[in-house]
Amino acid sequence: MSQRPLSPHLGVYKFTYTMTLSFLHRMTGVANSVGFLAFAWWLMALASGPDAYAAAMRCLSSPLAKLLLVGFTFSFVYHFCNGIRHLVWDTGIGLERVHARRSGAVVIALALALTVVLVWLGCAALEAPPASAP
Amino acid sequence: MSMRTPLGKVLGRGSAGDGVAHWWVQRVTAIALIPLTLWFVASLLDKPLQSWEAMHGWLAHPWVAVFTILLAMTLAWHSWLGVQVVIEDYAHGKSLKTVLLVLSTFLHFAAAVAAVFAVLILALSKGAVS
Repeated sequence: MSQRPLSPHLGVYKFTYTMTLSFLHRMTGVANSVGFLAFAWWLMALASGPDAYAAAMRCLSSPLAKLLLVGFTFSFVYHFCNGIRHLVWDTGIGLERVHARRSGAVVIALALALTVVLVWLGCAALEAPPASAP
Repeated sequence: MSMRTPLGKVLGRGSAGDGVAHWWVQRVTAIALIPLTLWFVASLLDKPLQSWEAMHGWLAHPWVAVFTILLAMTLAWHSWLGVQVVIEDYAHGKSLKTVLLVLSTFLHFAAAVAAVFAVLILALSKGAVS
């Protein structure tokens, strides 16, 4: 057993920027898993009625929650874009070093830009006045 | 150096052949999540998120409920597989690894059932509540 190769052995590799992107894919994946738990909690609050939902939305509007939401937005968008990069790799395309580096830069730029756009649009959706009851 | 375990050599069998299933399901759920998450995020952005009535009314729509349930289940599946790989790679020691894997499984199944149940309540209670 001890002779078998282990993966991944982070300590023995020279640091490269594509490696950081790969590691970030895992870290954002785990963060998104926590986001999924929050998504289920939000749906349960919605299903529990107006009071529970209002309490959940108050909870989400605290400064700390807002900061986490911005971080989660980046985490989601990065994992989404880089996930597509991984799916393209699975077809055997784009694996050359120069291509992998270039697509990595595109993913980072796209993720940052989309985070800004989504946070901006999300703020508008959060601040929209509640529709008056029919 | 052989890649095979001593037990594998003694048994003399090949691979069970299901190792690739994990890889495949991870990709298939990833592909399914592209349209599902795009649709859900885009839909949320033009909703008044603070309004319980509006959000309830939207999620109670049959197709919205169906696709939200699909989204929740696919997210749970994809996340469960991904977290499993991370735990297997970074949690050292068999007992810690096992405890974390079981915990992750419980959390993912609980969250998936909660999300699906919540959408069903919202969809089925529309007539009664609003």
